[in-house]
Amino acid sequence: MQTLTNRAKVLEQKPLTFMERLYLPNIAKGMAITFSHMFKKRPTINYPEQTRPFSPVFRGLHILNRDEEGRERCTACGLCAVACPAEAITMEAAERKSNEEHLYREEKYAARYEINMLRCIFCGLCEEACPKDAIYLSETFAPANFTRQSFIYGKPDLLIPDPKSQPDEFRMAQGRLEAHKANVKAAKNDQ
Amino acid sequence: MMLAVDFALMLEKFLLIVVIIMGSLVIAMYATYAERKVAGILQDRRGPNRAGPFGLLQPVADGVKLFMKEEIIPLTSSKWLFILGPCLAMVTAMMTSAVIPWGSKIEIAGRTVDLQIADINIGVLYIFGVVSMGVYGIMIGGWASNNKFSLIAAVRGASQIISYELAMGLSLIALLMLTGSLSMKTIVEQQVSSGIWNVLLQPLGFLIFLICAFAECNRTPFDLPEAENELNFGYHQEYSSMKLGFYLFAEYINMFISSAVMATLYFGGYDIPFVNEANLAQSWGENLVTVLGSVTLLLKVAFFLFFFMWVRWTIPRFRYDQLMDLGWKKLIPLALANMLITGAVILWLNK
Repeated sequence: MQTLTNRAKVLEQKPLTFMERLYLPNIAKGMAITFSHMFKKRPTINYPEQTRPFSPVFRGLHILNRDEEGRERCTACGLCAVACPAEAITMEAAERKSNEEHLYREEKYAARYEINMLRCIFCGLCEEACPKDAIYLSETFAPANFTRQSFIYGKPDLLIPDPKSQPDEFRMAQGRLEAHKANVKAAKNDQ
Repeated sequence: MMLAVDFALMLEKFLLIVVIIMGSLVIAMYATYAERKVAGILQDRRGPNRAGPFGLLQPVADGVKLFMKEEIIPLTSSKWLFILGPCLAMVTAMMTSAVIPWGSKIEIAGRTVDLQIADINIGVLYIFGVVSMGVYGIMIGGWASNNKFSLIAAVRGASQIISYELAMGLSLIALLMLTGSLSMKTIVEQQVSSGIWNVLLQPLGFLIFLICAFAECNRTPFDLPEAENELNFGYHQEYSSMKLGFYLFAEYINMFISSAVMATLYFGGYDIPFVNEANLAQSWGENLVTVLGSVTLLLKVAFFLFFFMWVRWTIPRFRYDQLMDLGWKKLIPLALANMLITGAVILWLNK
């Protein structure tokens, strides 16, 4: 028969030979195969204790950055909200008062900053759009929850820990951020 | 004199029964753990490893879960039979252990204690009788559930076990012609003294017995009575809580006991391979050798248990007509031929 490709295999349905009908040799073969799997490496990892390394450009939950003095970097310019293809980001700007210099880096800041994690597609365009180095995608991925409301992350959920009051937590988050920044830069240079 | 009660003997037997029943329960418990672990390892997974070190507390957790579950007796079921089913399955599974010699003799405070509950001269027949009662557990459970799937499973189970019991009995007849005795103890003692295990004299008989043992225990590839994807759950579909647990547990006890029977009949029971027990007993003392022998028996049983699991996670289930075909058209003629050849050889050698 003419075949279109040489990959086609004609199935031959011969009656079983005596050895095949005996079935026992084939059982022995099968059992040898299963037995050999006892010595194979297992792909499973013990998840909560062990975790797999993330890909260098993994994009997880967002983090709102602070500067080295613990002041929020975000100026509520709205570029991230404009860049967001899923329209997941909303914010309200406010003017910094004279006694709030230690809280906000510039005169304008985001009084409300919300990301709807159910809408977010984790494309990372907000991170690219930000001129103030204020928003980054971390390596945390969205935890499960029971209500839709709880997936709207506000400023308390997004802000990086304060370097002054929580130095250890800040350093941990910062470490991941720095690694993330380096990875993104390396990935960009490769292109 | 007949009425004089030997309290020491009663105590000794009672203790032995308690130890063996507890032992088989614990072994069945850990057989469930081993099953999941072996399945995991054979499939490149890890198996249970969360409850306790290496997941060793998993069977305890499973047992507690089963006990805590709500116990449902369907309204349309026949209640007494519904309860009787798992009881029968459990009782018959435990009863077989009575005639298996778990070891030779032990000397305690001047008394010689046989490590066997009852050395009856029809041990093999007793096992057959009790095992064939085991099918009532399945039959009654499936019938009393008043559920089509359960009933189909029960009928399947009954016909399967009856079919395979024939071949099993025929394969054993050849063995009994060699041993000349139905007592389990005598069969083992013969193997211990000669050093030749019956499997070497009866390889075909052992193969048939092994296949039939798989069928009797409802293990894959013969697990048609509980074929999940054909019958939902089989005969224990309507069962919940510990009644379900008893059914599942009885299966593992059956596995343990039939492993012990196979080890006893064909693999020398408590015979330590390549060792002359009588000589060893003189230098090391009787008790130590007995204990070593019992450990050997348990090792053999453990191997068979592993074999049961190994086969389960290798071979797919037979179709029902294939099962009947194998039982009636292959195994029974083979067992008959094996019997005739054995008989002929015995006659020829005696001449």
